[in-house]
Amino acid sequence: MEIIAKRPESLTKTPFTYCPGCLHGVAHRLVAEAIEEFGLTNHMTGVAPVGCSVFAYKFFNFDMAQAAHGRAPAVATGMKRARPDMHVFTYQGDGDLAAIGTAEIVHAANRGEHISVFFVNNAIYGMTGGQMAPTTLPNMKTTTSPYGRNTDDIGHPIRVSELLATLVAPYYIERVSLLSPADILKAKKAVSKAIQYNKEGRGFTFVELISTCPTNWGIDPIKSRDWAKENMLPFFKVGCLRDKGEGVE
Amino acid sequence: MSKILMKGNEAVAEAAIRSGCRLYFAYPITPQSELIEYMAKMMPKVGGCFLQAESEVSAINMVYGAAGSGKRVMTSSSSPGISLKMEGISYLAGAELPCVVVNVQRGGPGLGDIQPAQGDYFQATKGGGHGDYRTIVLAPNSVQEFADMASEAFDLADKYRTPVMILADGMLGQMMEPVEFKTPKTPEEMEELDKQHNSWCICPNEDGDKKHHHEINSLEIDPYVLEKHVNDLYAKYAVIEDKETRYETYNVSDDNEILCVAWGTSSRIVKSAINELKAEGKSIGLIRPITVWPYPTEAVKKAIGKKVKKVYVFELNTGQMLDDVKIAVEGKVPVDFWGKVGGIVFTPAEIKAKLEACFK
Amino acid sequence: MKAELICAGFGGQGVLTIGKFIAKAGMKEGKNVSWLPSYGPEMRGGTANVSTVVSDEPIASPIVSFPDILVALNQPSIDKFGPSVRENGVLIINSNMCPHGCKRTDVQIISAPMSDIAAEIGSPMVLNMIAIGIIIGKTGLIKYETMEEDLTSFMKAKNPELLEKNLIAIKRGIELGKQ
Ligand SMILES: Cc1ncc(C[n+]2csc(CCOP(=O)(O)OP(=O)(O)O)c2C)c(N)n1
Ligand code: SF4
Ligand SMILES: [Mg+2]
Repeated sequence: MEIIAKRPESLTKTPFTYCPGCLHGVAHRLVAEAIEEFGLTNHMTGVAPVGCSVFAYKFFNFDMAQAAHGRAPAVATGMKRARPDMHVFTYQGDGDLAAIGTAEIVHAANRGEHISVFFVNNAIYGMTGGQMAPTTLPNMKTTTSPYGRNTDDIGHPIRVSELLATLVAPYYIERVSLLSPADILKAKKAVSKAIQYNKEGRGFTFVELISTCPTNWGIDPIKSRDWAKENMLPFFKVGCLRDKGEGVE
Repeated sequence: MSKILMKGNEAVAEAAIRSGCRLYFAYPITPQSELIEYMAKMMPKVGGCFLQAESEVSAINMVYGAAGSGKRVMTSSSSPGISLKMEGISYLAGAELPCVVVNVQRGGPGLGDIQPAQGDYFQATKGGGHGDYRTIVLAPNSVQEFADMASEAFDLADKYRTPVMILADGMLGQMMEPVEFKTPKTPEEMEELDKQHNSWCICPNEDGDKKHHHEINSLEIDPYVLEKHVNDLYAKYAVIEDKETRYETYNVSDDNEILCVAWGTSSRIVKSAINELKAEGKSIGLIRPITVWPYPTEAVKKAIGKKVKKVYVFELNTGQMLDDVKIAVEGKVPVDFWGKVGGIVFTPAEIKAKLEACFK
Repeated sequence: MKAELICAGFGGQGVLTIGKFIAKAGMKEGKNVSWLPSYGPEMRGGTANVSTVVSDEPIASPIVSFPDILVALNQPSIDKFGPSVRENGVLIINSNMCPHGCKRTDVQIISAPMSDIAAEIGSPMVLNMIAIGIIIGKTGLIKYETMEEDLTSFMKAKNPELLEKNLIAIKRGIELGKQ
C-alpha cells in the first residue's frame, strides 16, 4: 500500500488534547512537516505558550520548553543565545502573544532575534473558557465582553503582524489562514518559508495563522470557518508584510 | 434578604460591588475566571468600571492608580497571576494605598495545575514582593465568609491605608453554597467613602481651598527618610496585629488531647474529621486563623489545653504555616504536620486516620 | 439527616445541573447545602462530575468521597465512582449509556433507560429531571413541590412547554424511584 499521508516524525505519538474541529492540530502539523522537510529535527527546539497549545511541548518530537504566559519569545531568546547552533521557534496564541506577552514579542522582533514565531489567532482566550482577547472583533461577545467588545472603551483588535511590520529588524512577516484546504496549502508555504529562513540564519520570522475556536465561539467547526472567513479575514487581511529574501520591505 | 446559591467567585464579586467597589481591573485565569466574568457583567449595570487588563502586571498598576485616586478598587487572580502582582503590591504597601486583592489559589510552583491549593501562604503572609512590608491577609473557609470578607477587606484597607488580600482557593471559588448579602451601600454612603481619602489622594482642588500637592509615591531616596517611613509602616502593622487578629476556635477545651491548626479549605475538612472522632469519644480541638497575617499567635498558645499531647497542623501545602504555629507553641508540646500538594484536597477520612493514629 | 451525592456523566449531559437543582431545593427547604463541580479544560467533551451535600448540620467538607447517592449517566462514571458508593447506598444509572451496569450487590441500584424516556417525553434536555425525580421518589431528599415551584418561577413565562415536559419528567422519575 502506498502511504500518501502519515503523522510527521517530528510529532510524538501523544494524542492532541484539542477539541474536535480545532485548528491548532493543523497548525502543529504544518510546523512539524516544515521542520522535517528542512531536515532540522535534530537541531530544532520550540517553546510552548500558556493557552490551549500549552501541551505543545509534549507533541513536538524533539526537545521542547514550556514558558510562563506570554514570555515564550524571551525564553526562546535565552535558548538561541545559549545555543546558537540550535534552531528555535515559539508557538503562541493571541492572548499569550498579543496581551500579556506584547513586550516580549515586540522586543524579540525589534532585536531581529533569530527565532521563528507561529502565532495562532482565534480572536479569543480558548484555554480559560472564552474571555476577550486583544484580537477579539468589535462587538463580539465573549465572557468578559458580555455586551460585545466596545471599541470606545477597550480599543480595536490589534493587528499584530502590521504592528511588527513597523519595525526595521524582522526578516519575514506573513499572515495566512487555516480556514480552507486551499488556505492551508498557502499557510504551509509560509510556515516552510519561516523555517527555511530560520535554517539559513536570516533573522526574525513571524507567521500569523488565522484560526477558530468552535468551543468558545459556540459555533460548530464547519460554520466557525465560515464565520471567521466572513468576520476575521476582512479585518485580519492575509498576505505578506515583509520578506527581505524576496525584496518585500 | 433570602439566601442565594452562588459560587464563591461570584459571591465575592457581588459583595465587593455592594461594598462600594466601582473599579475592577484583572486578567483571566482559572480557577478565578467566574469572578472577572461576573464583574464584566455587573459593573456596567451599576455604572462602575470593569477593565480587562493586558496582564496582571498592568492590572495591579491600574489598581495603584485608582487607589491613589482614593476610590475603592479591587483586582483578583490565581497563583501565577498573583506572583506577577507582587511587585505592584509592594509599591501599594510602600505608598500606603488601600485596595483589595483576591487570590483564588491553585497548585504550583510555576504553571502547576488548576486545582485547589494553599501553596501561596508564604507569599501572602511573609511579604511576597520586595522590601519590608506586610499585607493583611484574610482566609475564608466558606462561600459566605468569602463574600463577607469583601466588605471587611475594603474597610480594613481604608482604615489602615494598606493592601488587603483575601486568600481563597479553587475549591472556595468554584463551589456553590447559600449566601446572604449585606444591603448595598447607599449613594450617601458611597459619597462618604469617596471623601474619606481626600486629604492625601489624587483629587481636584475645590474652589477656594488652599491648593494641595499630594504625592502617590513609594520612593524615599534619603536613607534616613526611608528608615522613618519603614518604621512608621511597622508601627502601623503593630496596631493591626494588636487590633485586627481574627481566628475561630472549634471544640477547643481542656479535655482536648490534640489541638489541630488549619486555615481556609483545610479547616473544613479537619472539622469533618473532628466531628466523626467526637462521636467516638475523642476530644480534639481546632483553631483556625482567619487572618493569616496578622497571625493569631497568642490565641494558638492559649488554645493548647492541659491534656494536649500534640499540636497537629494540616494544610494543602508542604507546611508553610508550620513555623508560625511553632512560634506560638514555644516547644511546649510536639508539633506535627500533614499536608497534600499538587492541587489534591485531603479527605475527612484521611485526616481522621492521621488523628486516630495519635491515640494509639 | 445528611446526604452526600455525586452526579457524573459526559459534559453536556447536564450533570452539574442535577446537583445544582438538588442543592437549590435543599436550600429552599431550609437545609445546609454545598455544590462542588470538577472543573478545568479536561471538561471539554470529557467527563464532568459534581459533589452535592444536603444536610441539617453545617457542612464541614463539601468533598464527597463516599456518596450515599450516585447518579451515573454513563459507564465511565460507574467505573469511577461506583466502588465508593456507601453500603446500602443508592446508585441511579442511565441504562442507555451504561452497557455494563454495576456489579455491586450491596447497594440499591435503580437502572432506567433515561435517554429513551427523555426522547419519549419529547426532549433530550429533560434527562436530568428524570434523574432528579428518581432521587425524590427513592430517597425523599427534597420535595417535588420545591422543584415545581423553582422551575415554574423561571420557566413559566419563558418556555411553558419545556416547563411542562420537565415536570412530566420529574414525575416519571418519581414513579421509577418508588418501584
Ligand atoms: C500569568 C498567567 N495569567 C493568566 C493565566 C491564565 N491563562 C491561561 S491560558 C490563557 C489565555 C490563552 O489564550 P490564547 O493565548 O489566545 O490561546 P488559545 O487558548 O486561544 O489558543 C490565560 C489567560 C496564566 N496561566 N498565567
Ligand atoms: S478551546 Fe478553542 S482553541 Fe482551545 S482546543 Fe478547544 S476549540 Fe481549540
Ligand atoms: Mg486565542
